[in-house]
Amino acid sequence: MASADELTFHDAATTSRSDQLTPQGHVAVAVGSGGSYGAEDEVEEESDKAALLQEQQQQQQPGFWTFSYYQSFFDVDTSQVLDRIKGSLLPRPGHNFVRHHLRNRPDLYGPFWICATLAFVLAVTGNLTLVLAQRRDPSIHYSPQFHKVTVAGISIYCYAWLVPLALWGFLRWRKGVQERMGPYTFLETVCIYGYSLFVFIPMVVLWLIPVPWLQWLFGALALGLSAAGLVFTLWPVVREDTRLVATVLLSVVVLLHALLAMGCKLYFFQSLPPENVAPPPQITSLPSNIALSPTLPQSLAPS
Amino acid sequence: MAEAEESPGDPGTASPRPLVRTFSLLSYITKLIITALQPGQQSETPFQKKKEKMRDLKAVGKKFMHVLYPRKSNTLLRDWDLWGPLILCVTLALMLQRDSADSEKDGGPQFAEVFVIVWFGAVTITLNSKLLGGNISFFQSLCVLGYCILPLTVAMLICRLVLLADPGPVNFMVRLFVVIVMFAWSIVASTAFLADSQPPNRRALAVYPVFLFYFVISWMILTFTPQ
Repeated sequence: MASADELTFHDAATTSRSDQLTPQGHVAVAVGSGGSYGAEDEVEEESDKAALLQEQQQQQQPGFWTFSYYQSFFDVDTSQVLDRIKGSLLPRPGHNFVRHHLRNRPDLYGPFWICATLAFVLAVTGNLTLVLAQRRDPSIHYSPQFHKVTVAGISIYCYAWLVPLALWGFLRWRKGVQERMGPYTFLETVCIYGYSLFVFIPMVVLWLIPVPWLQWLFGALALGLSAAGLVFTLWPVVREDTRLVATVLLSVVVLLHALLAMGCKLYFFQSLPPENVAPPPQITSLPSNIALSPTLPQSLAPS
Repeated sequence: MAEAEESPGDPGTASPRPLVRTFSLLSYITKLIITALQPGQQSETPFQKKKEKMRDLKAVGKKFMHVLYPRKSNTLLRDWDLWGPLILCVTLALMLQRDSADSEKDGGPQFAEVFVIVWFGAVTITLNSKLLGGNISFFQSLCVLGYCILPLTVAMLICRLVLLADPGPVNFMVRLFVVIVMFAWSIVASTAFLADSQPPNRRALAVYPVFLFYFVISWMILTFTPQ
């Protein structure tokens, strides 16, 4: 019977509302896919559904000072995180990272721990290259260089959180100008950037191999993959805009990414003299990369 | 662990409990300070005070043994305390100090840096575990992570002793072996306590930060070179 069906669906909706367990989407599906309604029932259903959704909405957004607000950003399983990482490693042109992998449920676990891992891996491998260089050339002074951990951490986190903030702000401003663009939320932008940094981790580990042209090759490969992922994800949002703004925005995004990769290479891996070039005496534990500029042409010459 | 005192995932009642816990910890510390500052009080005889101190020390020592022989027991979790982690952290930070005074910029970690890494790292891992939906309480998790630094502190002791001998590749190999063994021991010990508090489909997500944390501490120990 139609009325019994309506009652059961209403009951299910009521109990689920009181449990606060089902998310908003599920409740909407349960209410909307009810049995056969008459015409007058439909109007009632619509208003009931609107009231129910509104109530759900009010209950679904706890204040940002409560713990459960942040818990909603960590609502991922191991398999989901691994799937998102795989999606960022293999970007495909039509395959939007946000729609296919995030499925509009961004998480903070991936960006946070990928940045932490990258910062520590940078510091550790930078230190390791110094150890390996010292074993080949004992005149180099070895020191643990612990301050590089701090530098790595601050720079990676600033990049992975401030650049998405700027990008999100810019896209929202453009949305005000061009009505048809639907920008990503702030968390989705952070997710895009965070997961795109994952490919730098194996790149940094492979930079231990002390062959300069191989290092630049790995760097270019990783940068290409990462930037391609970013561009393919941002393209559907940006293509509604004018050509000029779209190209400028995408090239700025790629340029910043390239600057990050280059900065990592030059700051953390500077003390590695190539084997066929005499090591310059200045390559001790100077942290600034200004000292590297006279040696850059030498290390680039074989490649 | 099922004996954890907080009910999992209940937003209504979860918020007062950490506050109550923090308040009781603060009042315990205040009581300690007050009793320490009033030696003339006749409420406890010196014998009773000494007995209490011995009991506390015994509790800390018992937890050390539980870490060294990790088995699924609830002692570490039920009677958490932060004295053991504090002692271990201070010992580790002191041993990681270099002898020379000019090691400001390029040297190893300073005392404050080690402290910050250990405590900030432990707090971050605990928050991560709770955000993923684990049902372990905040201080219990801090207690477990702090106590499981014990194998790495032992490794630091051994490394400092080994470094008194001649430097060379053998020296480095011995230190590397010791640090790797102790690193594995720390991970096994902490995972034995922490992994049960997570649902099975998120266990790896909660254990990976623990791995990273102990990896960083092991790295600090391995790269230690006294001047």
